[in-house]
Amino acid sequence: MATTTRRRSVELPDHPDFLWANNITPKKSYDVIIIGAGGHGLATAYYLAKNHGITNVAILEKGWLAGGNMGRNTTIIRSNYLWDESAGIYDHSLKLWENLEEEVGYEMFFSQRGVMTLAHSVSDVRSKQRNFYANYVNDVDSVWLTPAEIKEIAPIVNISEDIRYPVMGATYQARGGIAKHDWVAWGYAKAAADMGVDIIQGCEVTGFNIVDGKVQGVKTNMGDIAAGKVGMVAAGHTSVLAAMAGFDVPLQSRPLQALVSELLEQVLDTVIMSGAVHVYVSQAHKGELVMGAGTDSYNSYAQRGGFHVIEHQLAAACELFPIFERAHLLRTWGGIVDISPDASPIIGRTPVENLFINSGWGTGGFKATPGSGWVMAATIASGEPDKLAAPYALDRFISGHLIDEHGAAGVAH
Amino acid sequence: MLHIPCPYCGPRDETEFHYGAEAHIAYPENPQSLDDAAWAKFVFIKANPKGWLAERWVHSAGCRRWFNVWRNTITHEFGPAYKPFTQQPKRPA
Repeated sequence: MATTTRRRSVELPDHPDFLWANNITPKKSYDVIIIGAGGHGLATAYYLAKNHGITNVAILEKGWLAGGNMGRNTTIIRSNYLWDESAGIYDHSLKLWENLEEEVGYEMFFSQRGVMTLAHSVSDVRSKQRNFYANYVNDVDSVWLTPAEIKEIAPIVNISEDIRYPVMGATYQARGGIAKHDWVAWGYAKAAADMGVDIIQGCEVTGFNIVDGKVQGVKTNMGDIAAGKVGMVAAGHTSVLAAMAGFDVPLQSRPLQALVSELLEQVLDTVIMSGAVHVYVSQAHKGELVMGAGTDSYNSYAQRGGFHVIEHQLAAACELFPIFERAHLLRTWGGIVDISPDASPIIGRTPVENLFINSGWGTGGFKATPGSGWVMAATIASGEPDKLAAPYALDRFISGHLIDEHGAAGVAH
Repeated sequence: MLHIPCPYCGPRDETEFHYGAEAHIAYPENPQSLDDAAWAKFVFIKANPKGWLAERWVHSAGCRRWFNVWRNTITHEFGPAYKPFTQQPKRPA
Protein backbone atom coordinates (compact mmCIF):
# COMPACT_ATOMS: atom_id res chain seq x y z
CA MET A 1 0.00 0.00 0.00
CA ALA A 2 1.34 3.33 -0.99
CA THR A 3 2.03 5.73 1.77
CA THR A 4 1.02 9.31 1.52
CA THR A 5 2.77 12.16 3.16
CA ARG A 6 0.77 14.96 4.60
CA ARG A 7 2.07 18.43 3.94
CA ARG A 8 1.28 21.05 6.48
CA SER A 9 -0.30 23.98 4.73
CA VAL A 10 1.93 26.98 4.79
CA GLU A 11 -0.44 29.47 6.32
CA LEU A 12 -3.03 28.41 8.83
CA PRO A 13 -5.60 31.00 9.80
CA ASP A 14 -5.62 32.07 13.43
CA HIS A 15 -8.07 30.42 15.72
CA PRO A 16 -11.21 32.54 15.80
CA ASP A 17 -11.83 34.56 18.93
CA PHE A 18 -13.55 32.74 21.75
CA LEU A 19 -17.07 33.87 22.50
CA TRP A 20 -16.31 34.01 26.21
CA ALA A 21 -13.12 34.43 28.25
CA ASN A 22 -11.25 31.14 28.52
CA ASN A 23 -8.77 29.73 31.02
CA ILE A 24 -10.09 31.83 33.86
CA THR A 25 -8.59 31.21 37.29
CA PRO A 26 -11.48 31.09 39.73
CA LYS A 27 -11.75 33.96 42.19
CA LYS A 28 -11.67 33.14 45.92
CA SER A 29 -15.32 34.00 46.30
CA TYR A 30 -18.52 34.56 44.32
CA ASP A 31 -22.03 35.66 45.18
CA VAL A 32 -23.39 32.67 43.32
CA ILE A 33 -21.78 29.49 42.00
CA ILE A 34 -23.63 27.43 39.41
CA ILE A 35 -22.46 23.83 39.06
CA GLY A 36 -22.76 22.70 35.46
CA ALA A 37 -22.25 24.62 32.21
CA GLY A 38 -25.01 22.90 30.30
CA GLY A 39 -27.94 24.77 28.84
CA HIS A 40 -29.82 25.12 32.11
CA GLY A 41 -26.75 26.24 34.07
CA LEU A 42 -25.77 28.79 31.42
CA ALA A 43 -29.35 30.09 31.23
CA THR A 44 -29.48 30.33 35.04
CA ALA A 45 -26.33 32.46 35.09
CA TYR A 46 -27.58 34.57 32.20
CA TYR A 47 -30.91 35.38 33.92
CA LEU A 48 -29.19 35.95 37.28
CA ALA A 49 -27.22 38.72 35.58
CA LYS A 50 -29.93 40.00 33.24
CA ASN A 51 -33.05 39.84 35.44
CA HIS A 52 -31.57 40.20 38.92
CA GLY A 53 -28.35 42.19 38.43
CA ILE A 54 -26.27 39.45 40.07
CA THR A 55 -23.06 39.29 38.03
CA ASN A 56 -20.47 38.06 40.52
CA VAL A 57 -21.24 34.54 39.35
CA ALA A 58 -19.13 31.53 38.38
CA ILE A 59 -20.26 28.54 36.39
CA LEU A 60 -18.12 25.51 37.24
CA GLU A 61 -18.00 22.76 34.64
CA LYS A 62 -16.09 19.52 35.20
CA GLY A 63 -15.92 18.78 31.48
CA TRP A 64 -16.44 21.31 28.74
CA LEU A 65 -19.22 23.75 28.03
CA ALA A 66 -22.37 22.02 26.72
CA GLY A 67 -20.52 18.70 26.53
CA GLY A 68 -23.21 16.76 28.37
CA ASN A 69 -26.87 16.50 27.48
CA MET A 70 -26.90 20.00 25.98
CA GLY A 71 -24.80 18.65 23.13
CA ARG A 72 -26.57 15.28 22.95
CA ASN A 73 -30.29 15.98 22.79
CA THR A 74 -32.63 15.94 19.78
CA THR A 75 -33.40 19.68 20.11
CA ILE A 76 -37.19 19.38 20.21
CA ILE A 77 -39.11 22.32 21.64
CA ARG A 78 -42.78 22.19 22.63
CA SER A 79 -45.01 23.05 25.57
CA ASN A 80 -48.11 20.89 25.05
CA TYR A 81 -47.91 19.06 28.38
CA LEU A 82 -50.92 17.71 30.23
CA TRP A 83 -50.78 19.20 33.70
CA ASP A 84 -51.28 22.86 34.63
CA GLU A 85 -47.91 23.07 36.37
CA SER A 86 -46.17 21.73 33.26
CA ALA A 87 -48.08 24.02 30.91
CA GLY A 88 -46.99 26.89 33.17
CA ILE A 89 -43.26 26.30 33.07
CA TYR A 90 -42.91 24.82 29.57
CA ASP A 91 -45.06 27.46 27.90
CA HIS A 92 -43.18 30.21 29.71
CA SER A 93 -40.07 28.62 28.26
CA LEU A 94 -41.54 28.52 24.74
CA LYS A 95 -42.45 32.20 24.99
CA LEU A 96 -38.85 32.97 25.95
CA TRP A 97 -37.60 30.90 22.98
CA GLU A 98 -39.71 33.05 20.68
CA ASN A 99 -37.59 36.15 21.45
CA LEU A 100 -34.37 34.56 22.56
CA GLU A 101 -32.13 35.09 19.54
CA GLU A 102 -33.00 38.76 19.45
CA GLU A 103 -32.60 39.12 23.20
CA VAL A 104 -29.16 37.56 23.51
CA GLY A 105 -28.05 38.78 20.09
CA TYR A 106 -26.97 35.40 18.82
CA GLU A 107 -28.28 33.08 16.09
CA MET A 108 -29.80 29.85 17.44
CA PHE A 109 -31.64 28.55 14.37
CA PHE A 110 -34.89 28.45 16.34
CA SER A 111 -37.45 27.13 13.89
CA GLN A 112 -41.14 26.86 14.76
CA ARG A 113 -41.88 24.06 12.33
CA GLY A 114 -44.51 22.40 14.53
CA VAL A 115 -44.46 19.27 16.64
CA MET A 116 -46.79 16.38 15.88
CA THR A 117 -47.45 13.63 18.42
CA LEU A 118 -49.00 10.54 16.86
CA ALA A 119 -51.66 8.28 18.36
CA HIS A 120 -51.73 4.60 17.38
CA SER A 121 -54.60 2.97 19.24
CA VAL A 122 -58.04 3.85 20.56
CA SER A 123 -56.72 4.43 24.06
CA ASP A 124 -53.80 6.40 22.65
CA VAL A 125 -56.28 8.61 20.76
CA ARG A 126 -58.28 9.18 23.95
CA SER A 127 -55.26 10.11 26.03
CA LYS A 128 -53.85 12.42 23.32
CA GLN A 129 -57.24 14.09 22.93
CA ARG A 130 -57.39 14.58 26.67
CA ASN A 131 -53.98 16.19 26.40
CA PHE A 132 -55.17 18.34 23.51
CA TYR A 133 -58.19 19.61 25.51
CA ALA A 134 -56.01 20.24 28.56
CA ASN A 135 -53.74 22.37 26.37
CA TYR A 136 -56.76 24.26 25.08
CA VAL A 137 -57.89 25.05 28.64
CA ASN A 138 -54.36 26.20 29.51
CA ASP A 139 -54.09 28.49 26.45
CA VAL A 140 -51.35 26.34 24.94
CA ASP A 141 -51.83 26.14 21.18
CA SER A 142 -52.76 22.68 20.01
CA VAL A 143 -54.87 21.15 17.28
CA TRP A 144 -56.11 17.65 16.61
CA LEU A 145 -55.20 16.14 13.24
CA THR A 146 -56.87 13.28 11.39
CA PRO A 147 -54.63 10.84 9.48
CA ALA A 148 -55.44 12.70 6.24
CA GLU A 149 -54.41 16.00 7.80
CA ILE A 150 -51.21 14.39 9.12
CA LYS A 151 -50.42 13.25 5.58
CA GLU A 152 -50.93 16.78 4.29
CA ILE A 153 -48.36 18.22 6.71
CA ALA A 154 -45.95 15.28 6.50
CA PRO A 155 -46.45 13.33 3.26
CA ILE A 156 -43.82 10.72 4.15
CA VAL A 157 -45.84 9.30 7.06
CA ASN A 158 -47.37 5.90 6.38
CA ILE A 159 -51.08 6.21 7.28
CA SER A 160 -52.02 2.74 6.05
CA GLU A 161 -54.31 0.85 8.41
CA ASP A 162 -52.33 -2.32 7.83
CA ILE A 163 -49.22 -1.54 9.83
CA ARG A 164 -48.37 -2.71 13.33
CA TYR A 165 -48.96 0.72 14.84
CA PRO A 166 -51.47 2.43 12.53
CA VAL A 167 -51.59 6.23 12.69
CA MET A 168 -55.03 7.16 14.05
CA GLY A 169 -54.56 10.84 14.71
CA ALA A 170 -52.17 13.33 16.27
CA THR A 171 -51.90 16.41 18.38
CA TYR A 172 -50.04 19.21 16.66
CA GLN A 173 -48.45 22.23 18.27
CA ALA A 174 -47.59 24.70 15.53
CA ARG A 175 -45.47 26.88 17.86
CA GLY A 176 -43.22 23.92 18.65
CA GLY A 177 -40.08 23.16 16.69
CA ILE A 178 -36.33 22.85 17.03
CA ALA A 179 -33.23 24.96 17.65
CA LYS A 180 -29.55 24.29 17.22
CA HIS A 181 -28.52 23.17 20.69
CA ASP A 182 -24.83 24.08 20.61
CA TRP A 183 -25.62 27.56 19.29
CA VAL A 184 -28.11 28.00 22.12
CA ALA A 185 -25.40 27.16 24.65
CA TRP A 186 -22.90 29.47 22.95
CA GLY A 187 -25.42 32.31 22.83
CA TYR A 188 -26.21 32.05 26.53
CA ALA A 189 -22.52 31.63 27.40
CA LYS A 190 -21.46 34.68 25.41
CA ALA A 191 -24.27 36.86 26.77
CA ALA A 192 -23.60 35.75 30.37
CA ALA A 193 -19.84 36.24 30.03
CA ASP A 194 -20.42 39.70 28.53
CA MET A 195 -22.28 40.63 31.73
CA GLY A 196 -19.38 39.44 33.91
CA VAL A 197 -20.10 35.76 34.60
CA ASP A 198 -16.98 33.55 34.87
CA ILE A 199 -17.28 30.31 32.93
CA ILE A 200 -14.69 27.88 34.31
CA GLN A 201 -14.31 24.64 32.40
CA GLY A 202 -12.38 21.65 33.70
CA CYS A 203 -13.36 22.61 37.24
CA GLU A 204 -14.89 19.65 39.07
CA VAL A 205 -16.77 20.07 42.32
CA THR A 206 -15.49 17.43 44.76
CA GLY A 207 -17.34 18.54 47.89
CA PHE A 208 -19.24 21.28 49.68
CA ASN A 209 -18.23 23.45 52.60
CA ILE A 210 -21.27 23.38 54.84
CA VAL A 211 -21.35 25.02 58.27
CA ASP A 212 -24.41 24.74 60.54
CA GLY A 213 -26.52 23.48 57.68
CA LYS A 214 -25.59 26.42 55.45
CA VAL A 215 -23.45 26.15 52.33
CA GLN A 216 -20.33 28.33 52.38
CA GLY A 217 -18.78 27.27 49.13
CA VAL A 218 -17.47 24.33 47.16
CA LYS A 219 -14.30 22.24 47.04
CA THR A 220 -12.91 21.72 43.57
CA ASN A 221 -9.87 20.39 41.75
CA MET A 222 -8.87 24.07 41.48
CA GLY A 223 -9.15 24.65 45.23
CA ASP A 224 -11.90 25.86 47.54
CA ILE A 225 -14.21 28.57 46.24
CA ALA A 226 -16.50 30.45 48.61
CA ALA A 227 -20.03 31.36 47.60
CA GLY A 228 -23.07 33.03 49.12
CA LYS A 229 -25.34 30.70 47.23
CA VAL A 230 -24.80 27.58 45.15
CA GLY A 231 -27.04 26.12 42.44
CA MET A 232 -26.66 22.49 41.33
CA VAL A 233 -27.62 22.19 37.66
CA ALA A 234 -25.89 18.91 36.88
CA ALA A 235 -28.53 16.67 35.25
CA GLY A 236 -27.37 13.03 35.39
CA HIS A 237 -24.76 13.81 38.05
CA THR A 238 -27.15 15.43 40.51
CA SER A 239 -27.27 12.34 42.75
CA VAL A 240 -23.47 12.41 43.02
CA LEU A 241 -23.50 16.07 44.10
CA ALA A 242 -26.43 15.61 46.50
CA ALA A 243 -24.56 12.75 48.18
CA MET A 244 -21.61 15.11 48.72
CA ALA A 245 -23.98 17.63 50.32
CA GLY A 246 -25.52 14.94 52.51
CA PHE A 247 -29.07 14.56 51.24
CA ASP A 248 -31.03 12.15 49.06
CA VAL A 249 -32.69 12.94 45.74
CA PRO A 250 -35.28 10.68 44.11
CA LEU A 251 -33.40 10.41 40.84
CA GLN A 252 -32.14 7.56 38.68
CA SER A 253 -29.48 8.25 36.04
CA ARG A 254 -30.10 6.42 32.77
CA PRO A 255 -28.61 6.46 29.28
CA LEU A 256 -30.75 8.09 26.61
CA GLN A 257 -29.60 7.48 23.06
CA ALA A 258 -30.03 9.48 19.90
CA LEU A 259 -28.80 9.15 16.34
CA VAL A 260 -28.46 10.90 13.02
CA SER A 261 -28.61 9.71 9.45
CA GLU A 262 -26.35 10.89 6.68
CA LEU A 263 -27.28 14.20 5.05
CA LEU A 264 -30.44 13.90 2.96
CA GLU A 265 -32.54 16.20 0.89
CA GLN A 266 -35.33 17.83 2.83
CA VAL A 267 -38.13 15.29 3.34
CA LEU A 268 -39.56 16.35 6.67
CA ASP A 269 -40.27 19.94 7.67
CA THR A 270 -41.96 19.31 10.99
CA VAL A 271 -41.15 17.29 14.13
CA ILE A 272 -42.89 13.95 14.57
CA MET A 273 -43.06 12.09 17.85
CA SER A 274 -44.64 8.83 18.83
CA GLY A 275 -44.66 7.61 22.39
CA ALA A 276 -46.17 4.26 21.48
CA VAL A 277 -43.39 3.26 19.10
CA HIS A 278 -40.58 5.16 20.85
CA VAL A 279 -39.63 7.45 18.01
CA TYR A 280 -39.16 11.14 17.66
CA VAL A 281 -37.68 12.57 14.52
CA SER A 282 -36.90 15.86 12.86
CA GLN A 283 -34.64 16.85 10.02
CA ALA A 284 -31.83 19.21 10.92
CA HIS A 285 -31.04 22.29 8.86
CA LYS A 286 -28.07 20.56 7.23
CA GLY A 287 -30.27 17.61 6.23
CA GLU A 288 -29.57 14.78 8.63
CA LEU A 289 -32.52 13.01 10.22
CA VAL A 290 -32.23 13.39 13.98
CA MET A 291 -33.92 10.68 16.02
CA GLY A 292 -34.20 9.83 19.65
CA ALA A 293 -35.02 6.57 21.34
CA GLY A 294 -36.32 5.60 24.76
CA THR A 295 -33.93 5.31 27.70
CA ASP A 296 -31.97 2.16 28.33
CA SER A 297 -33.50 0.33 31.27
CA TYR A 298 -30.65 0.43 33.78
CA ASN A 299 -28.77 3.00 35.85
CA SER A 300 -25.61 4.21 34.17
CA TYR A 301 -23.12 7.04 33.99
CA ALA A 302 -21.43 5.70 30.85
CA GLN A 303 -22.97 7.98 28.16
CA ARG A 304 -23.68 5.00 25.94
CA GLY A 305 -26.39 2.39 25.67
CA GLY A 306 -27.30 -0.87 23.98
CA PHE A 307 -27.58 -1.09 20.21
CA HIS A 308 -30.80 -3.12 20.50
CA VAL A 309 -32.51 0.07 21.68
CA ILE A 310 -31.43 1.77 18.43
CA GLU A 311 -32.54 -1.24 16.35
CA HIS A 312 -35.94 -1.29 18.02
CA GLN A 313 -36.39 2.38 17.34
CA LEU A 314 -35.25 2.23 13.73
CA ALA A 315 -37.60 -0.68 13.02
CA ALA A 316 -40.51 1.46 14.21
CA ALA A 317 -39.23 4.49 12.29
CA CYS A 318 -38.97 2.54 9.04
CA GLU A 319 -42.52 1.30 9.40
CA LEU A 320 -43.88 4.78 10.03
CA PHE A 321 -41.66 6.36 7.37
CA PRO A 322 -40.98 3.76 4.66
CA ILE A 323 -38.70 6.22 2.85
CA PHE A 324 -36.20 5.97 5.75
CA GLU A 325 -35.39 2.37 4.83
CA ARG A 326 -32.83 3.59 2.30
CA ALA A 327 -31.13 5.98 4.69
CA HIS A 328 -27.87 5.13 6.39
CA LEU A 329 -27.21 5.53 10.07
CA LEU A 330 -24.30 7.90 10.49
CA ARG A 331 -23.76 8.19 14.21
CA THR A 332 -25.34 7.23 17.55
CA TRP A 333 -24.52 8.51 21.00
CA GLY A 334 -25.89 8.60 24.52
CA GLY A 335 -26.35 11.06 27.33
CA ILE A 336 -27.10 10.47 31.00
CA VAL A 337 -30.51 11.76 32.00
CA ASP A 338 -31.82 12.13 35.54
CA ILE A 339 -35.26 10.58 35.80
CA SER A 340 -37.52 11.58 38.66
CA PRO A 341 -40.40 9.39 39.88
CA ASP A 342 -43.07 11.56 38.20
CA ALA A 343 -40.96 12.53 35.15
CA SER A 344 -41.11 16.16 36.21
CA PRO A 345 -38.19 18.34 37.27
CA ILE A 346 -37.07 19.09 40.82
CA ILE A 347 -36.41 22.80 41.31
CA GLY A 348 -35.90 24.84 44.45
CA ARG A 349 -34.44 24.66 47.92
CA THR A 350 -32.60 21.69 49.41
CA PRO A 351 -32.14 20.61 53.03
CA VAL A 352 -28.90 22.67 52.94
CA GLU A 353 -29.52 26.40 53.27
CA ASN A 354 -28.50 28.50 50.24
CA LEU A 355 -27.91 25.37 48.18
CA PHE A 356 -30.46 25.11 45.37
CA ILE A 357 -31.30 22.30 43.02
CA ASN A 358 -32.47 22.19 39.40
CA SER A 359 -32.64 18.63 38.15
CA GLY A 360 -34.88 15.77 37.13
CA TRP A 361 -35.58 17.10 33.64
CA GLY A 362 -35.10 13.55 32.47
CA THR A 363 -35.52 13.00 28.75
CA GLY A 364 -37.06 16.40 27.99
CA GLY A 365 -34.86 19.17 29.32
CA PHE A 366 -33.70 20.95 26.18
CA LYS A 367 -37.02 22.62 25.43
CA ALA A 368 -37.11 23.97 28.97
CA THR A 369 -33.65 25.61 28.80
CA PRO A 370 -34.81 29.26 28.91
CA GLY A 371 -37.70 28.70 31.34
CA SER A 372 -35.60 26.53 33.63
CA GLY A 373 -32.85 29.13 33.80
CA TRP A 374 -35.40 31.89 34.34
CA VAL A 375 -37.11 30.26 37.35
CA MET A 376 -33.84 28.95 38.82
CA ALA A 377 -32.32 32.44 38.68
CA ALA A 378 -35.40 33.92 40.36
CA THR A 379 -35.33 31.20 43.03
CA ILE A 380 -31.63 31.71 43.77
CA ALA A 381 -31.90 35.51 43.73
CA SER A 382 -34.78 35.72 46.20
CA GLY A 383 -34.14 32.51 48.12
CA GLU A 384 -37.83 31.71 47.61
CA PRO A 385 -39.18 29.39 44.91
CA ASP A 386 -40.34 31.25 41.82
CA LYS A 387 -44.11 30.96 41.28
CA LEU A 388 -43.72 28.66 38.25
CA ALA A 389 -41.09 26.57 40.06
CA ALA A 390 -42.89 26.20 43.40
CA PRO A 391 -44.85 23.05 42.42
CA TYR A 392 -41.54 21.36 41.55
CA ALA A 393 -40.11 21.46 45.08
CA LEU A 394 -38.12 18.49 46.34
CA ASP A 395 -40.60 17.98 49.19
CA ARG A 396 -43.47 17.12 46.82
CA PHE A 397 -42.36 13.51 47.17
CA ILE A 398 -43.22 13.77 50.87
CA SER A 399 -46.44 15.76 50.47
CA GLY A 400 -47.56 13.56 47.57
CA HIS A 401 -48.25 16.47 45.20
CA LEU A 402 -46.66 14.74 42.22
CA ILE A 403 -46.85 16.16 38.71
CA ASP A 404 -47.28 12.93 36.86
CA GLU A 405 -46.07 13.55 33.34
CA HIS A 406 -44.89 9.93 33.10
CA GLY A 407 -48.43 8.72 32.67
CA ALA A 408 -49.37 11.80 30.70
CA ALA A 409 -46.47 11.96 28.27
CA GLY A 410 -46.01 8.27 27.55
CA VAL A 411 -42.29 7.90 27.03
CA ALA A 412 -40.93 10.40 24.58
CA HIS A 413 -41.00 13.69 26.43
CA MET B 1 -26.07 -5.00 24.90
CA LEU B 2 -25.32 -6.21 28.39
CA HIS B 3 -24.55 -9.86 28.95
CA ILE B 4 -26.23 -10.52 32.28
CA PRO B 5 -25.13 -13.40 34.53
CA CYS B 6 -28.37 -14.99 35.70
CA PRO B 7 -27.45 -17.12 38.75
CA TYR B 8 -29.96 -19.76 37.62
CA CYS B 9 -29.32 -19.92 33.85
CA GLY B 10 -25.90 -18.42 33.31
CA PRO B 11 -25.09 -15.42 31.10
CA ARG B 12 -27.84 -14.30 28.73
CA ASP B 13 -28.59 -11.27 26.53
CA GLU B 14 -29.98 -8.16 28.19
CA THR B 15 -33.16 -8.31 26.07
CA GLU B 16 -34.26 -11.37 28.08
CA PHE B 17 -34.36 -9.34 31.30
CA HIS B 18 -36.18 -6.53 33.01
CA TYR B 19 -34.54 -4.16 35.42
CA GLY B 20 -35.45 -3.77 39.08
CA ALA B 21 -33.06 -1.02 40.28
CA GLU B 22 -31.53 -1.05 43.78
CA ALA B 23 -31.60 -4.39 45.61
CA HIS B 24 -32.18 -5.04 49.31
CA ILE B 25 -34.93 -2.49 49.94
CA ALA B 26 -36.92 -4.23 52.66
CA TYR B 27 -40.58 -3.47 53.28
CA PRO B 28 -40.87 -1.45 56.51
CA GLU B 29 -41.23 -3.64 59.57
CA ASN B 30 -43.78 -1.35 61.19
CA PRO B 31 -45.53 0.40 58.32
CA GLN B 32 -48.04 2.04 60.69
CA SER B 33 -45.28 3.88 62.47
CA LEU B 34 -43.82 5.55 59.36
CA ASP B 35 -44.37 9.26 58.81
CA ASP B 36 -44.65 10.83 55.33
CA ALA B 37 -40.92 11.51 55.07
CA ALA B 38 -40.07 7.89 55.91
CA TRP B 39 -42.62 6.64 53.37
CA ALA B 40 -41.19 9.00 50.74
CA LYS B 41 -37.74 7.57 51.41
CA PHE B 42 -39.02 4.00 51.10
CA VAL B 43 -41.07 4.62 47.94
CA PHE B 44 -39.00 7.16 45.99
CA ILE B 45 -35.37 7.10 47.08
CA LYS B 46 -33.30 4.50 45.24
CA ALA B 47 -29.53 4.28 45.22
CA ASN B 48 -28.00 5.97 42.17
CA PRO B 49 -24.25 5.67 42.69
CA LYS B 50 -21.55 6.35 40.14
CA GLY B 51 -19.71 3.04 40.49
CA TRP B 52 -20.78 -0.30 41.95
CA LEU B 53 -24.48 -0.86 42.53
CA ALA B 54 -26.18 -3.97 43.95
CA GLU B 55 -29.28 -4.18 41.79
CA ARG B 56 -32.15 -6.48 40.86
CA TRP B 57 -33.00 -8.04 37.52
CA VAL B 58 -35.72 -10.49 36.53
CA HIS B 59 -35.03 -13.06 33.81
CA SER B 60 -38.41 -12.49 32.15
CA ALA B 61 -37.74 -14.45 28.97
CA GLY B 62 -35.84 -17.21 30.74
CA CYS B 63 -36.38 -18.70 34.18
CA ARG B 64 -38.62 -15.75 35.17
CA ARG B 65 -36.87 -15.46 38.51
CA TRP B 66 -35.60 -12.35 40.31
CA PHE B 67 -31.99 -12.15 41.42
CA ASN B 68 -29.39 -9.64 42.57
CA VAL B 69 -26.11 -8.69 41.00
CA TRP B 70 -23.31 -6.19 41.46
CA ARG B 71 -22.80 -3.98 38.40
CA ASN B 72 -20.56 -1.00 37.81
CA THR B 73 -22.55 1.97 36.47
CA ILE B 74 -19.48 3.57 34.87
CA THR B 75 -18.04 0.55 33.02
CA HIS B 76 -21.14 -1.71 32.90
CA GLU B 77 -18.91 -4.50 34.23
CA PHE B 78 -20.71 -7.18 36.25
CA GLY B 79 -19.59 -8.38 39.65
CA PRO B 80 -21.01 -11.45 41.36
CA ALA B 81 -24.68 -12.37 40.86
CA TYR B 82 -26.56 -13.96 43.75
CA LYS B 83 -29.97 -15.34 44.60
CA PRO B 84 -32.38 -13.45 46.85
CA PHE B 85 -32.21 -14.20 50.59
CA THR B 86 -28.60 -15.38 50.31
CA GLN B 87 -25.52 -13.69 51.71
CA GLN B 88 -24.61 -10.59 49.69
CA PRO B 89 -21.13 -10.92 48.17
CA LYS B 90 -18.70 -8.13 48.98
CA ARG B 91 -18.76 -5.02 46.82
CA PRO B 92 -16.16 -5.59 44.09
CA ALA B 93 -13.05 -3.45 44.38
